[in-house]
Amino acid sequence: MPWFAWLSAILFAYGLYIGFFVAPTDVQQSEAYRIIFIHVPASILSMFVYLIMAGYAAVGLIFNTRLSSMMASALAPTGALFAFISLWTGALWGKPMWGTWWVWDARLTSELILLFLYLGFIALHASIDDPRRADRASALLAIIGSVNVPIIYFSVKWWNTLHQGATIKFTGTSMHAAMQQAMFTVLVACWMYAIAMALARVRSIILERERNTQWVADLPEVKQ
Amino acid sequence: MNAAPDNPNRLSLPGLLRLVVGRDLMLAMRRRADVLTTLIFFVMVVSLFPLGVGPETDMLRKMAAGVVWVAALLASMLSLGRMFLADYLDGTLEQMLLAPQSLSVLVLGKILAHWMLSGLPLVLMAPVLGLQFDMSAQALWVLIASLLLGTPVLSMIGAVGAALTLGLRGGGVLVSLLVLPLCIPVLIFGTGAVEAVSSGMSVSPHLLLLGALLVLASAFTPWVTALALRISME
Repeated sequence: MPWFAWLSAILFAYGLYIGFFVAPTDVQQSEAYRIIFIHVPASILSMFVYLIMAGYAAVGLIFNTRLSSMMASALAPTGALFAFISLWTGALWGKPMWGTWWVWDARLTSELILLFLYLGFIALHASIDDPRRADRASALLAIIGSVNVPIIYFSVKWWNTLHQGATIKFTGTSMHAAMQQAMFTVLVACWMYAIAMALARVRSIILERERNTQWVADLPEVKQ
Repeated sequence: MNAAPDNPNRLSLPGLLRLVVGRDLMLAMRRRADVLTTLIFFVMVVSLFPLGVGPETDMLRKMAAGVVWVAALLASMLSLGRMFLADYLDGTLEQMLLAPQSLSVLVLGKILAHWMLSGLPLVLMAPVLGLQFDMSAQALWVLIASLLLGTPVLSMIGAVGAALTLGLRGGGVLVSLLVLPLCIPVLIFGTGAVEAVSSGMSVSPHLLLLGALLVLASAFTPWVTALALRISME
């Protein structure tokens, strides 16, 4: 786990260095475009983390495995953070580019719904005292909410609105190499951050739930 | 279930549905105040808007559909808490889970009854409120059609939330937090239909999408609600 955290910190530093100092200035958008180096990875992660969370929740609900439900609840705050960062940086980018902080565009709205879904998941989990029931109830909610993720992803295709479409495609890209490098480095850094945070949180959840067991009492940190 | 026949196995599914709906309606008729509160809340929220934003007719006409829809959404949230609570408290819900009949059908009956008590009165009341906002006749008809298609979906999605939060502390606020984001598509297409009238575009795509949402919701939500009830009642 510390490995992921260190890797994330190094990659963040390296990626943001390329993004802010090496990558050339954009012709149309000048310096402000550099926000995308944070915005795009955060948005991608906010969707992926939701899918992974819903996947873990589904596994927990179907096979009744305790650890996968714990992973789902450990991932939720990280996902909510990414959704929030994505909306926040999007607003900061929208002000100089579109001349407004916020538009009621399909992708922005659906990303906002994603944030609400994360918050609903966390709130539902927090308000049920019995952890097993909390796991199952919020798992059901996570699965229902996963309908939203494809809507966000395809929203720029389905509704042709202000938010631009995808630049990076599997068939090739129209981006400068240094920009691409910066964005992918930050993306990997975000992945590492999400993994490190989720593992750290799941560790605490396990300890909290198993606090009455013998193996927790035998831990050197507890014994002293 | 006081009206259950002696041999439950002979009960057909439509018969079961009728039984559940009839029971809920009868219970509601015994306490008419509950139903009326929702309706009065709806009327009051809608009437507050002209007082808040000023009585310019042009602006009111533009925002009428949105105001009516948001008020309907809030009013249907208001009555969600009661959907399963009384049955949960007096043990009827436990008997329903144990019953040999499909729980999904029982839940569908409860959803239908909830819609008749909280959705249908709003649909019937909406034209009067629309007149307050100076809507055109055609826009009024579209508003009624969109509400007719949309309010059952609100009841169905709400049922999932109500089942998930059954018997929890602060369930009322929590259920809104869970259900409102999921209701946004209904709101968008419902108001979109009325907006299409005023901007002279075709109404049918919005209404067709609402209909699709209704079909999808009626296929899945009773089943999901039944699952959620089983989780909540463990």
